[in-house]
Amino acid sequence: MRRDVRRLILLLLPAGIFFAAFFLLPMAKLFAIGGSGKTGWAAYAAILTDSSYFGSLLSTLGVAAATTVATLIISGISGVFLQRHKFPGNGALVAMLTFPLAFPGVVIGFMVIMLAGRQGLIGQVTQALTGDKLVFAYSLAGLFMGYVYFSIPRTILTVMAAAEKLDPKLEEAARSLGASPWRVVLDVIIPGLKPAFISAGAICFATAVGAFGTAFTLAAKINVLPMVIYTQFTLSANIAMAAALSFVLGAVTWIVLALARTAAGSTVAAAG
Amino acid sequence: MKHRGLFLLQLGFTLLVSAFLIVPVVLSILAGLTVNYFVGLESGLTLRWVIEVWTGYRDTIFLSIGLSLACLAVTLVLGIPTAYVLAKRQTALTRAIEELLVMPVAVPGLATALALIVTYGGLAGFRTSWLFILVGHVLFTLPFMVRSVLAVLSAIDLQTLEEGAASLGAGFWARFRDIVLPNCRAGILAGSLMVVTLSMGEFNMTWLLHTPLTKTLPVGLADAYASLRLEIGSAYTLVFFLMIMPLLLGLQAFAKPRPTKFVAEETE
Repeated sequence: MRRDVRRLILLLLPAGIFFAAFFLLPMAKLFAIGGSGKTGWAAYAAILTDSSYFGSLLSTLGVAAATTVATLIISGISGVFLQRHKFPGNGALVAMLTFPLAFPGVVIGFMVIMLAGRQGLIGQVTQALTGDKLVFAYSLAGLFMGYVYFSIPRTILTVMAAAEKLDPKLEEAARSLGASPWRVVLDVIIPGLKPAFISAGAICFATAVGAFGTAFTLAAKINVLPMVIYTQFTLSANIAMAAALSFVLGAVTWIVLALARTAAGSTVAAAG
Repeated sequence: MKHRGLFLLQLGFTLLVSAFLIVPVVLSILAGLTVNYFVGLESGLTLRWVIEVWTGYRDTIFLSIGLSLACLAVTLVLGIPTAYVLAKRQTALTRAIEELLVMPVAVPGLATALALIVTYGGLAGFRTSWLFILVGHVLFTLPFMVRSVLAVLSAIDLQTLEEGAASLGAGFWARFRDIVLPNCRAGILAGSLMVVTLSMGEFNMTWLLHTPLTKTLPVGLADAYASLRLEIGSAYTLVFFLMIMPLLLGLQAFAKPRPTKFVAEETE
């Protein structure tokens, strides 16, 4: 038994050493550097006390929240639909909806430019229709569009997997008791999908808070935290501030994900 | 009759969503092959932009392929034993380890990259080498390998299989090689596809970790989007699509059963 435990520890060792050396130690160092700037440890409070950082924090959280809501609604409708109705072409639709699954943020940004940029499709169509060219790629609206684009494929997969587990009998029972389709959705389908919505939503939110590639491709002036950190680090060479801000950003996303896991887990346990 | 209306409404909505995702991809592919995108397709089709990308950015493509394969090798060596231990022992400690391992995915890549730079940026030989980027990619992709292998290992009765082999006289390494590895083949394959795809596309960390001599494909893409004409950016994106297409198709084949398992696991 002793030997067994020793062997398991030995097996964990390579990953453990790598992780300690390249993640735990650097993160500790980042934390220390965050407190070593002109303002000292107050740098960690700057995200709340400094009005410009606080503004970026608000717009970051705002875009992330809007992304999460929009993605969950879109993926919820299409995911349940595709899981419930098997018709010719269903597979092709699923393939199309999950195709961008692994596009990196920069490519997503470019996709937004293709749609809503200066030479984009939306601009051309609106110019033909109204004479005014609608261009919104290089703003928060473009960023929002990019994050929704990014989040739909993985959320649809999660929703479809969860919808497969829903018991159709519950819906039939509700219908036979006279519930309208809308009530069935509200009282049976949405509660059934709640754990999937929570975990997928948390992932949407966390990526939208921390992602950098899409904003970087769209415009340097989009005022979200990852861009602020990047400019603090490169342009102002204010490494302490960049460190403090990124540490806070990391903590925020980690907490959101951890909370969601706890919430989704307990709901599942309660339902099961 | 009412149901049919509802069906059509949902179908229409889903078609719109698919269009939202696919139309820009098609536009970008067309733009990469068009002589002048502003004029439109009438200006004719050409491979000129693709060739320009190939001559100008070939290095980034090779670096990304090399990096993702190296990343795969490291995550296999580090990830499979870790997943085995996590499957064998389900205690508070192993759960904490699993939680820790996922942190580099939860924490924004920007933060991880900054942390690496402030800690190891001073080691000039390391900072300027592609190994510096590799470290970041391994941190980011390792949890995907571990989770994917762990999902398969938790679904089979590892204990009984191993005891059976042990009672027949198989030592630990023989069991690991002949029982554990073949049984988690599907998990290893799915995890490998995920690792290579993610490493190929990683930008959040890589943008800070790279040096002018270690530019990966996404870094080159960002460069091209920022400074070159739309056609070249599109042609570059087209090259990227061609490279990740086989990986994406493979992932799609795996992506369907995997979340199902994830949910099943949670329900228990």
